[in-house]
Amino acid sequence: MRICAIDSSGLVAGVAISDNGICLAEYDVQYQVTHSKTLMPMLDQVMSRLETSVSDVDAYAVTAGPGSFTGLRIGIATVKGLGLAADRPVAAIPTLEALAYNAYGYDGYVCPIMDARRQQVYAGIYRFDHVDQRDNAAIASTDASGSVPVCDINSVDAGSSRQAGLTVSRIRVIRPQSAMSFDDLCGQLNVLCRDGGRVLFIGDGIPVFADRMSELLEVSYDLAPLHLNRQRAGSLAALANLYFGLTADERAGRGLEGCITDAEGLTPIYLRMSQAERERRQRDAGLS
Amino acid sequence: MNDETVRILAIETSCDETAAAVVQDGREVLSNVIYTQIPIHTQYGGVVPEIASRSHVEKIVPVVTKALADASMMLEEVDAVAVTYGPGLVGPLLVGVSSAKAMAFAAKKPLIGVHHIEGHISANYIEHPDLRPPYVCLVVSGGHSHLVEVRDYGKYEIIARTRDDAAGEAFDKVARAIGLGYPGGPKIDAAAREGDPHAIDFPRGKVRDSEYDFSFSGVKSAVLNYLNSCRMQGVEVNVNDVAASFQRSVVEVLTERAMMAIDERGLHEFALAGGVASNTALRLSLQKACDERGVRFCVPSPVYCTDNAAMIGAAAYHDYVAGVRDGLDLNAIPNLMLGESR
Repeated sequence: MRICAIDSSGLVAGVAISDNGICLAEYDVQYQVTHSKTLMPMLDQVMSRLETSVSDVDAYAVTAGPGSFTGLRIGIATVKGLGLAADRPVAAIPTLEALAYNAYGYDGYVCPIMDARRQQVYAGIYRFDHVDQRDNAAIASTDASGSVPVCDINSVDAGSSRQAGLTVSRIRVIRPQSAMSFDDLCGQLNVLCRDGGRVLFIGDGIPVFADRMSELLEVSYDLAPLHLNRQRAGSLAALANLYFGLTADERAGRGLEGCITDAEGLTPIYLRMSQAERERRQRDAGLS
Repeated sequence: MNDETVRILAIETSCDETAAAVVQDGREVLSNVIYTQIPIHTQYGGVVPEIASRSHVEKIVPVVTKALADASMMLEEVDAVAVTYGPGLVGPLLVGVSSAKAMAFAAKKPLIGVHHIEGHISANYIEHPDLRPPYVCLVVSGGHSHLVEVRDYGKYEIIARTRDDAAGEAFDKVARAIGLGYPGGPKIDAAAREGDPHAIDFPRGKVRDSEYDFSFSGVKSAVLNYLNSCRMQGVEVNVNDVAASFQRSVVEVLTERAMMAIDERGLHEFALAGGVASNTALRLSLQKACDERGVRFCVPSPVYCTDNAAMIGAAAYHDYVAGVRDGLDLNAIPNLMLGESR
């Protein structure tokens, strides 16, 4: 399955094209925030370089939010246009889940943070569960090429602990993405890690809240290095590849019902009302 | 249909209407779909840019899909994709521009960015297919007030513009002040029909260093002052009279400047365009003034006066024929000037 992934939710404009478990191209640029001007030419360049075209793309993926309202709309309107013109399905991936996926396999809590202004962050908390490949037929089947060996579940002794063998890291949502105060986030992490866990931070919220981190956190934490600390279209493509490979039931079981959609169904996840709407609701609530 | 036929899918999202249309040869409308957000913005007393942007994202696909279906066409069958890239609200513009670029790219069609005002002017070609430049056009809407000589397709000389409020903006503000609400244009139009246009003598906006340029903030302030003084003196305000008198002031100024331009340039065709072109008193006044001079008066039906995409397709046709194409780096330009080169 060939996936074209597009991200303009934050400071980075990113385009990636993956094909059956391989990232054919990834182009992420963090230079000025002119996604409206740069995103489509980037896609054009990537496709030319790969000598491919829209007709070869089986599905699209986009970071659906949260993020800059304008940035989200550029990415989403672009993918709506592509999906509509080419009549292809679309994966709407939560931005913070895609960011967390940069740290595939990390042992500890992965905490992507984006600066949400007004002393808030958009944040979520994730973990990677290391699942034995032989217990993981559902995940294995996500490689749409069908090249992953399929095991016989009945032959597996589920009670035994295994020291060696292929494992798969499966992303688990500990706290769904939301807008919250950074102080509250630190409080939650302190509770989660009180028996010894550690935290990896990812995202453009790091430089904004670096000082608060050192003040408030009572746990050991890492900051993602430069090649992992911003949105990467490749991570988006990898998650989309995974989710397209799940059956509808499997997606529902993991709370991903709305994740696979089409151009019309694609909906931004703003996580916040517009200011005017918020003020009107406050006013209405005050009157009643 | 012969091979020379040009059919353009046009998209317009510059303010609070999500619109798409298919237009043939710049003059024949095959479909014209408009989703208006007015009911959404009414509860806020005006257009809220963030809410407008969100609504455009929600409606862009169904509106484009319906425009193609109404024209019985597939995207592959159109010759070009046109989109309004300015002026307007940046968030709303970006939804149209981003999706139009993606559609043009995916369907391998030429992309044409259209100036919103040029669209309003070109709305006249739809129902007056024999209208040809040169002519004088008055464009009046919620965001714009321009008096323009259309010298050729895509060639404009701006004779006058507003120095402060747009005409439609003044209508909205006055409507709010006298309790008629949003959108102000149609409400003042209706109230004015019941009122006496000579009841109150509001000033005619003049600009010191230009005989043509408009100013509507003065008359708006005069209305506010009048309402205030009535309140102080405990005099009951006749809303219909205020609406009619305010409207007369605006209509007289617009008519006078428009006819000044026509007389000075010796042209024989005059066109009215933009949302305020739906105003009954303005249409009647300009029609009468044109009739007196033996000048042909053109105005689009109300559906082509309000923001719509058919007018964008009409404007894009002449760019298409002239070989004008935009690249995938086309951006939304909120304060785009008419006649500004790309």
